[in-house]
Amino acid sequence: MKENILIIGGGAAGMEAATQLKKLGLTPIIIEKSDALGGHIAQWDRLFPAFHPAKDVVAPMLESVKGIDVLLNTEVNDIQCDADGFKAVLTNGKTIDAKAVVLATGFDLFKAERKQEYGYGIYNNVITSLELEKFFRTGKDERINNPKKIGFVHCVGARDVKVGNTYCSKVCCTTALKQACEMKEVFPNAEVYTFYMDLRMFGPGYEDLYLKTQRDFDVKCIRGRVCEVSENMDGRLVIKAEDTLFGKPLKMTLDLLVLMCSMEKNKSIDKIQQQLGVANNSDGFMQNRDMYLGMNGTAKDGVFVAGTCTAPKSLPDTIAEARSVAVEVFNYINNK
Amino acid sequence: MDFGFCLSPSSHVQMDKIDLATFNRLKETNPDINTCIACGSCTATCTAGNFTEMSFRRILLMLQRGKEDEAKKMIQRCMLCGKCTLVCPRGINIRKILLDITR
Repeated sequence: MKENILIIGGGAAGMEAATQLKKLGLTPIIIEKSDALGGHIAQWDRLFPAFHPAKDVVAPMLESVKGIDVLLNTEVNDIQCDADGFKAVLTNGKTIDAKAVVLATGFDLFKAERKQEYGYGIYNNVITSLELEKFFRTGKDERINNPKKIGFVHCVGARDVKVGNTYCSKVCCTTALKQACEMKEVFPNAEVYTFYMDLRMFGPGYEDLYLKTQRDFDVKCIRGRVCEVSENMDGRLVIKAEDTLFGKPLKMTLDLLVLMCSMEKNKSIDKIQQQLGVANNSDGFMQNRDMYLGMNGTAKDGVFVAGTCTAPKSLPDTIAEARSVAVEVFNYINNK
Repeated sequence: MDFGFCLSPSSHVQMDKIDLATFNRLKETNPDINTCIACGSCTATCTAGNFTEMSFRRILLMLQRGKEDEAKKMIQRCMLCGKCTLVCPRGINIRKILLDITR
């Protein structure tokens, strides 16, 4: 019998979950709102901690979902649940019956203009981590003009009650150091500074990246949060921060400032999430059953979660969750 | 005429104006100088630091913030016992760097 599993989201989590579910003999269907699979990771150039090309991970994932039903440019308009399972009405007018739903809806990047004091969208030379990644990928960004001094600001939209995000976004520290090293590769004569509060190097090889950043790439890490950015007469950026290790405020002129934007819950799924009866946690992400043994489950039977829809996560974390959600769904279908 | 007003100097470290010559010279022979993670082990174990303001962590920062005179003054407290080198988790050869600064 055909056991449809509706997977909402065609990023890393959705693709990997679909691949594994198919291997387990179920019939995954991926609904993706954009015009391509791959999600955020497809926009990335290289991955931390070892500068691994992102496409080397994305390409095999895309390859393995071949043969799986994928609906691009499609969203779920309405979803109802009865004793037989779920009935989803899509934006293309079609209806899909499914035995289980996997929410793999991922994250939205924090909108940097919300932190007005950093001047994104006001000053030309303030860019986001995502835009820098695009520069590494394409070599093109007219704002990046042989900069002599480059600054990175950590925790933009994270650990900040003023924007309503008190959580740590987990991957930005390591990404900042990776991007700082890459900037030194592209512009060897530039001075590169990162402004951090703590450097959270939580994974294997991450601490090695930190050491490399300091020793081999000569990136200068300053402990203190940039609090103010302005532009001088020459169109360069003047930043203020406290060097909290030195115990003194500090002023510096920069040619480029990169904002490490946090992950926020993808809100485009809110209506469907509500219909399914899945609540949000205190960080505004989806609430899973519990963070240990029930990380893929939700309060609603037959509705599962994987990836960054429940919290900021690295790519390996996301892949691991996508694989575990496949087993959870398989067990759920077989024990029904 | 003195009206009793005066200009207070800025307390900001002006990063655009600092002279990093000494720090950069040290870096050439001691690349580990960059790898400090400010854990404070060197300062906590420092024999001289028990009785004076001596702190190798701060000396490194002073050199990077253009306070070379203050750094050299602080170094005079060092007794070269080498305990700091023993405890440094980054394996920085602190005793050698201290000697190199004064050279």
